[in-house]
Amino acid sequence: MNEPTVTLKVSRYQPGQDGGPRMQSYTVPYRQDWVVLDALNYIKDQVDGTLSYRWSCRMGVCGSCGMMVNGVPKLTCAAFLREYYPKEIRVEPLVNFPVIRDLVIDMSDFLDKLKSVRPWIIRKTEKPVSEGEYLQTPEELEAYKQFTQCINCMLCYAACPVYGLEPEFLGPAAIALGYRYNIDSRDQGRDVREPVLGAHEGIWQCTFVGECSEVCPKDVDPAAAIQRSKLDSAKGWFKSVLLPWGGR
Amino acid sequence: MASGKNIDPLWWGLFSAGGVVAAFLVPIHIILFGFAVPLGWIQDAATLYQNWLVKIYLFVLISLPLYHWAHRFYFALNDMRLGIPRKPLAILCYGSAIVGTIATVWVVLQI
Amino acid sequence: MNGTRPDKSKLYYPKMPSTWWLKTPAYFLFMLRELSSVFIALFLIVYLTRIYQLTHGPQAYAASFESLRSPGWIIFHALAFLFAVFHSVTWFQSTAVVMPVRVGGKVLPPRTVTAVNIGAWIVISLIVLILFVTLRG
Repeated sequence: MNEPTVTLKVSRYQPGQDGGPRMQSYTVPYRQDWVVLDALNYIKDQVDGTLSYRWSCRMGVCGSCGMMVNGVPKLTCAAFLREYYPKEIRVEPLVNFPVIRDLVIDMSDFLDKLKSVRPWIIRKTEKPVSEGEYLQTPEELEAYKQFTQCINCMLCYAACPVYGLEPEFLGPAAIALGYRYNIDSRDQGRDVREPVLGAHEGIWQCTFVGECSEVCPKDVDPAAAIQRSKLDSAKGWFKSVLLPWGGR
Repeated sequence: MASGKNIDPLWWGLFSAGGVVAAFLVPIHIILFGFAVPLGWIQDAATLYQNWLVKIYLFVLISLPLYHWAHRFYFALNDMRLGIPRKPLAILCYGSAIVGTIATVWVVLQI
Repeated sequence: MNGTRPDKSKLYYPKMPSTWWLKTPAYFLFMLRELSSVFIALFLIVYLTRIYQLTHGPQAYAASFESLRSPGWIIFHALAFLFAVFHSVTWFQSTAVVMPVRVGGKVLPPRTVTAVNIGAWIVISLIVLILFVTLRG
C-alpha cells in the first residue's frame, strides 16, 4: 500500500542534555484533511512518544498549539499539510521565547505581562448592585469587541521583532488587552494602567512593524490597538504639559 | 495622564507631525527642486522668499520631517543591532534634528 | 493558583540574529520604510543649502540649482523621490489604522481612508505646483 507521505523536520531539545535544539526528520502519512497538529499527534502516537508539544482544542480557540511552521508563527491546528505538500515541513518552537523542551516554550514572561495591564474593569466609583447592571449600547460594544477576541496564542510575540530584540517590551497582546479595557465604556481605569502602558517598554517601544496583526489568527489587530493607544497617550501627555491646570 | 518624566510622547508627536508634512509635501518638492528647477523646466524667483508666509511654510516643511527622521532612525539603528550605545545615539539623532531646526530658522530669517 | 515555573537554568535561550530584518520580505520592507526617512531628511538638508544661497543674491541662488544637474545629483533625487513616495503611501496606510474614520455610524474600511488620503496628497501637490508657478513673480 503506497500511501502518499510528507516529511516533517521537527525541532528537538532535551533540557540538561542537549546544548541546543537539533532537527529530527519524521515521515508521516499525507492526508488531504490533516493539519500539522495531526501530523505531530501521529508522530507522538506511532513513531516517537518522546516528542513534547502543547495542544488542546484542535480548532483554533484555545491558543495552545502555536509553533513556527516553515518559519512563520502559526496555530498548528490551522496549518493544513496540503499548503506545504509535497515539500518538507519545518516545525519549530515559537521564536522569541525560551525553550523548555522540544516545541514547548516558557510563557511566564507573557503571563506576567498580561497581568501587568490589569485586564479587568477598574472603577473610580463602584456601582452598587442595587443600581443594576452596566448598560452598554451596541456601538459602545462594537468599539472594543475585536480586541476581546485574543486567545493568548502568542503568535504575535513570535512575529514581533521588537519583542525579540528587547525582551522587556510589553508586547502586542498585552497592550491590546490593556487598550480593550481602556476603551470599554464601563471602565474608568485608564490612569491606573498608564504607568505600565505609557512606559518606554510599553507602547513607545513599538515601531509599527505590523507583523503582529498579520499573524493573528483571530483578527484582533493588536497593531491598531497599539497605535491608537499611542495617539490617546500622546494627546493626554500634550494636554497635561500645555494645559497643566486642566482637570482630568 | 502624563507618565511622569517619560518624554517618549513628545518625540512621537514630533515624529508624527513630521511624517504628515513629509508624506503630503516632500514628493512634490523633490520634483520641483530636484528636477524641474535644476533642469530648467521652471524658473525660480528669489523674490518669492521675501514673503513671510513662504518663510513659515519653509520652516515647517524642513524642520518637522527632521524629527520624523531622528525618531525613526534612532529606533532603526537600535533594531539593526550595530552595537551603537543608546544614549549617545539618541543625543546624536534628536540633537541633529534640533540643530537642523535652528539652522532652518537662521536661514529663513536671513533670506 | 501557582503553576510550576520551569527551571530557568535548563531553558534554551534563542539569540535573535542582527540580520533578522533580511529574513522575510515583510521585515525587509519595514526596514526600507524606516530608512526612507533618511532620504527625506537628506533631500531637505540639500534643499536648505540651496535656499541659503539666497543670502548671496539671486545669481548665486540660480547657480546653486545648476550644480544639481550632474548625474550624481539626478540619481540622488530620483532615489529620494522613490523613497518619499514609499513613505507617503505607507504613511497613509498607517493613518487609516491609527485613526478609524466614522461616517454615519459605520467605520470606513482602511483601504478607503488610504485612497482618500492619496487623493488629498495628489491635490495638495498640484496646489503647491500651481502656487509655485504663479507666485514666482
